[in-house]
Amino acid sequence: MEILELQKVANEVRKGIVASTHSAKAGHPGGSLSAADILTYLYFEEMNIDPKDDKNPDRDRFVLSKGHAAPALYSVLAQRGFFPVEDLTTLRHIGSYLQGHPCMNIPGVDMSTGSLGQGVSAAVGMAIAGKLDKKDYTVFALLGDGEIQEGQVWEAAMLAGHRKLDNLIVIVDNNGLQIDGNIADVNSPYPIDKKFEAFNFEVINLEDGHDFVQIAESIKKAKAVVGKPVAIIAKTVKGKGVSFMENQVGWHGVAPNDEQCAAALAELEGGAR
Amino acid sequence: MSEVKTIATRESYGKTLAELGAENPNIVVLDADLAGSTKTAMFGKVFPERHINCGIAEGNMMSVAAGLAASGKTVFASSFAMFASGRAYEQIRNSIGYPHLNVKIGASHAGISVGEDGATHQCNEDFAIMRSIPGMVVICPSDDVEAKAAVRAAAEYDGPVYLRLGRLAVPVFNDPENYKFEMGKGVVMKEGTDVSIFATGLEVNEALRAAKLLEADGINAEVINIHTIKPLDKEIVAASAKKTGKVVTVEEHSIIGGLGSAVCEALAETIPTPVLRIGVNDVFGESGPAKALIAKYGLDSESIYKKVKAYLGK
Repeated sequence: MEILELQKVANEVRKGIVASTHSAKAGHPGGSLSAADILTYLYFEEMNIDPKDDKNPDRDRFVLSKGHAAPALYSVLAQRGFFPVEDLTTLRHIGSYLQGHPCMNIPGVDMSTGSLGQGVSAAVGMAIAGKLDKKDYTVFALLGDGEIQEGQVWEAAMLAGHRKLDNLIVIVDNNGLQIDGNIADVNSPYPIDKKFEAFNFEVINLEDGHDFVQIAESIKKAKAVVGKPVAIIAKTVKGKGVSFMENQVGWHGVAPNDEQCAAALAELEGGAR
Repeated sequence: MSEVKTIATRESYGKTLAELGAENPNIVVLDADLAGSTKTAMFGKVFPERHINCGIAEGNMMSVAAGLAASGKTVFASSFAMFASGRAYEQIRNSIGYPHLNVKIGASHAGISVGEDGATHQCNEDFAIMRSIPGMVVICPSDDVEAKAAVRAAAEYDGPVYLRLGRLAVPVFNDPENYKFEMGKGVVMKEGTDVSIFATGLEVNEALRAAKLLEADGINAEVINIHTIKPLDKEIVAASAKKTGKVVTVEEHSIIGGLGSAVCEALAETIPTPVLRIGVNDVFGESGPAKALIAKYGLDSESIYKKVKAYLGK
C-alpha cells in the first residue's frame, strides 16, 4: 500500500477512535491514538489475515496486550472489514459485542485482554504453538510502556528469549505517559531497549512510531531476525492526531465530550497529518 | 489380610497425562519447575516437545496456557495448588476463565497433606477462589481410580477445569472395573439414615472409616463422595439432607468457601439444614508429616467419628 493510502486509513482509524469513545462516554483515546499508525500498518500492509476467514489456523496473530487501546483495534478491524464501521459507536454500550476491552468472540480479535501483562504471555503461548505445529505465522503483541512495569511482562520475555521464539514480535508503544503521569516519574521502566536486550530479544528502536516509512523498515528488520524474539520500541505521541490531546496525561482514560469530539473530528477531517 | 494399595492422586495424574498424550497429539502440558513433583514429568519423558517448562513463573504460565488453548491445543498446566490457584489466580480468571479457554489446571500438593514444607505451601483456600470463577469446573478426586477417570473427563470436556490433586499416597477404594466418573454427580458410597456426611478428596476414605466406627455405636451414617465441587450436585445434597435431617461436610480445606460452604449454599436454597463443617478451621497449617497433620487438624477418621458423635448429641 502507498504511504498516502496508509495515512488515509490511519486517519479514518483515528476518526473511529474519537467517535466511539465519544459515543461510549468512556474509553481510552490517548493510548489508542498513539497506536493508530502501527495498527494500520500491521492490519493493512503486514499481517497475513482475511476478514472472511478470521480463524484460519495459518493466519498471523495480533494480541493487544495494552487492551485498553481497544478503540484503536476495533477501529482498524472495522476499516479492514471484520465488522461494520457503524458498529464502532456501540463501544461499551450495554449489550454491545464491542466490550470495553477486547474479547475473543469479536471477529478478528485473537485474545481477550485488558488486565495488563497477560496479553504478551498469551502471545508467547501462541508463538510456542506455532513452533510446535511448524507453522509460518508471526505473532505480534502491542504493549504499553506503563504496562511493562508489570512483572508478568518480564516473565513472558524471559520465556520467549529462552525459547528463541523468533516468530514473536513485541512492540512497545512508548508514548511516555501513564495514568498518574510521566512513566519516568511514576516508576521509570527506562532504558526499555536494554531491558529487552538483557532478556535475549533483538531490539529495534523505532524513532517515530507515526512515520510509515520507519514503521515499515522496523517491521521488515524484525521479520528478518532468526533465532531471537524481537522487541520494537516505538517512540510515539499519546493522543497523536488530535492537537489538544497530544502528549496530555489527562487524555488517557477520558472520552471527548460533544464539543471536543466535534473539534477532533474537524481536525481529522482536514486530512491525514 | 490384604494390603490396601496407596497411590497419590498426583501419580494418577502423571500416568494418565502420558497415556492421553499418546492418544491425542493436541495435548500440551505446562509446568513451573515442579514437573518431578506434579508428575507432569511422566508426560514430559515421552513427549518432550509438548512439555513446556515455564520455570518459576506461574502467572505467565497460565496466560501462556491461554495462548496455546487459543491456538487449538488442549492444555494441562500444573504447579502446587498454592501457586497455581493463588499466585496465578488473576491470570486464571482473566486469561482462561473469562474467554472460557480449554485449559485444565492440574493443581498438585493441595491441602495440609503437603506435609513438611509447611504453611506457605499448604493451600487450604483453592476451592474457595476457584469455584467463584464463572464457568470453572472444580474437581477433587478421592483416589487413584477416580483421579485417572477425572483427568480423562477433564481432557474431553471443552472448557476450564481445576483438578485438585494430592502429594500423599492414599488408599485405593473405588472399583477400577466398575467405576464410572460423572462430572457434577455425587456418589453415594454408603447409604444411611442418621446423618449425611459429604466428603471430598482424601476425606472420602476417612469419612467411610469414620462411618464404620459410628456404625459400631449404632449410628447409621450416609457417606456421599462429592468429587465435583463445582458444579455441585444439589439434588443429591438435598435428597440426603431431607432423608437424615443432619448434615456434616468434610474437606482438606478451610471451612470457609469450600465444600462445606457450597453445601450450605445449596441447602439454604432448598432444605435449610444445620450443617457441621469439618475442615481446616480458618488457621494456617504447619510443618509435619502429612498423616500426623491430618490427625492434628482434626481431619482423620477418628476425629470425624468423634465430631459427628458429639454433633448428634450421642
